Amino acid sequence: MSFLSYLINGISLGSVYAIIALGYTMVYGIAKMLNFAHGDIIMIGAYIVFTCVSTAGMHPALAVLLAVIGCTVLGVLIERVAYRPLRSAASPLAVLITAIGMSYLLQNLALLIFGANTKNFPEIITLPSLSLADGQLNITGTSLLTIGVCVVIMAALMIFIRKTKAGQAMLAVSEDKGAAQLMGINVNGTIALTFAIGSALAAIAGVLLCSAYPSLTPYTGSMPGIRAFVAAVFGGIGSVPGALIGGILLGVIEILGRAYISSQLADAIVFGVLIVVLLVKPTGILGKNIQEKV
Amino acid sequence: MKKMKRFLSIALAALLAAGCLAGCSDSTGSTASGGSDELVFKIGGIGPMTGDAAAYGIAVDRGAQIAVEEINAAGGINGYQVEFKSEDDESDPEKSINAYNTLKDWGMQMLMGTVTSGPCTAVAAETDNDRMFQITPSGTAVESVQNHDNVFRVCFSDPAQGTKSAEYIASKGLAKKIAVIYNSSDIYSSGIYNAFAAEAKNQGLEVVAAEAFTADNKTDFSVQLQKAKDSGAELVFLPIYYQEASAILQQADNMGYKPMYFGCDGLDGLLGVKGFDTSLAEGVMLLTPFAADASDEKTQAFNQAYEEAYGETPIQFAADAYDGIYAIKLAAEKAGITPDMSYSDMCAKMIDAMTQIELDGLTGVDGITWNADGEPNKDPKGVIIENGAYTSMD
Repeated sequence: MSFLSYLINGISLGSVYAIIALGYTMVYGIAKMLNFAHGDIIMIGAYIVFTCVSTAGMHPALAVLLAVIGCTVLGVLIERVAYRPLRSAASPLAVLITAIGMSYLLQNLALLIFGANTKNFPEIITLPSLSLADGQLNITGTSLLTIGVCVVIMAALMIFIRKTKAGQAMLAVSEDKGAAQLMGINVNGTIALTFAIGSALAAIAGVLLCSAYPSLTPYTGSMPGIRAFVAAVFGGIGSVPGALIGGILLGVIEILGRAYISSQLADAIVFGVLIVVLLVKPTGILGKNIQEKV
Repeated sequence: MKKMKRFLSIALAALLAAGCLAGCSDSTGSTASGGSDELVFKIGGIGPMTGDAAAYGIAVDRGAQIAVEEINAAGGINGYQVEFKSEDDESDPEKSINAYNTLKDWGMQMLMGTVTSGPCTAVAAETDNDRMFQITPSGTAVESVQNHDNVFRVCFSDPAQGTKSAEYIASKGLAKKIAVIYNSSDIYSSGIYNAFAAEAKNQGLEVVAAEAFTADNKTDFSVQLQKAKDSGAELVFLPIYYQEASAILQQADNMGYKPMYFGCDGLDGLLGVKGFDTSLAEGVMLLTPFAADASDEKTQAFNQAYEEAYGETPIQFAADAYDGIYAIKLAAEKAGITPDMSYSDMCAKMIDAMTQIELDGLTGVDGITWNADGEPNKDPKGVIIENGAYTSMD
């Protein structure tokens, strides 16, 4: 029975990783860059909800909407100001370093505005928890909602990419930027749209993460951000279903590893598995093997 | 463009020089006025005023201020007034060293700090080098005090807390099967755990689950709690800080797990966590040398002064700091030091005096004495949280 409980906790944690990993994987697939500031956008989203609910006394749904809008604007702004001018830079490292710098900038901004004190995230998800097998198995409402939201987002995103013009444009840009431009696709616009979607998802991930583990600091986003990045690589960076599989596997491995191997070695196990997967399948579980044509 | 740059650099250099001169004249002015008639003892404090452990640092600062005000009103130490100044270290060893250097620039002669264990170990090495007298109100790590002859402490060491907790649980017959959740990346927590596990065996207690977490993994406790639940533990021992403890209590409640909880001084401050449902803390027991509801006159007077000044009930850390300042006063009087001595001369005399004093303090009603290792001798008290307040169990 406790195995089931670990499994559900793992899937719930993994769902959050998966939603965050989507942001990494889409941006990488289309702009071919690693947006290390992604984890910190989660934190900003959580702070927006915290401020709206605790300080301004808004309705949680409205607060989440504001956070989504705020993060979307922030994501597009970061892309426009910090990443786009560097896209044609000689070295791809320039934009990577900028992303790391942006991550520290966001953390320190939050430190300046909100202080280092841990904030207790308000309880905005008030679903009753599910009690099965005479109370032996207890699933919190937050876990169920997290898993549900993750599934809905994944499905919506797949449909968006397959069925809409903007989604097709994304696919085209990810395959060949130059050719897409020649076909009349607005490459800059498409990349901005990718950042917008990724950042909106980050806001939702922030709310789910902080609802499950209600302590909020300026560094809240960094560790889940790194884990989600691992999940994205794990599943095959650039692949949307890969992010889902990678995220959920990572969450389950983390929780089960802590439960059955050692609670001290949680991170060592997670990253150890990553190394093994990459040794066997260097492009990740669902990663495409792209051959350079001469 | 080039001309503009040159002009700018000259202007900046001039500004810098002016700033330097201004600084010089300022400092000579203050020593002139301070040097002639007003010699004071300058005691520094270092602790987290912001961040995860802020409740400790703030309480220490306030407790120390109350003691300093009382001492000054009663004529000071050896006839000299006392100045106390705190610096924030966010419970980070590196920032703590910076804070120490800032205080030295201010003219600190003795250090009443630092508040948390990690920084305390770092700063103790510095004070030992500088020969600066140091007494920590609440730094519990063994090496921070015992490896340095100039460092003393008011609270119990980590092993002492672990040992005393096991003794207390066994002597009160609270539980036989115990689960421990501790932070393996923190010396405070793992120090208590190791001593607790060793003493539990002697006391016939069974540690049925010992689950760790680390600084990078301190949000999700579902696994540790599930394992504690499965192990059939009647009591969960939490030798950790209050912030993580509040998350553990919350998550255990979500799981429908309701064991007894027992902790050490790190749990003090639990009731002050913002946004935390304090009803979850009902029945949590902790071993601390100070209980705010104690009926003795000294504690009552301290409570009253603290509540008047800050509008809340003092926690153990405030009492530790209060005792720390009084220990300095007592030892300084025994040693007969004066503020015009160098801090290293003071330190040598204070080290001798510390082992000879007996302090009738808040955190040791029957008197606290110190051994040459810097460890205090005193008895702990068991405290339980009832109706949202700390209540004595004895």
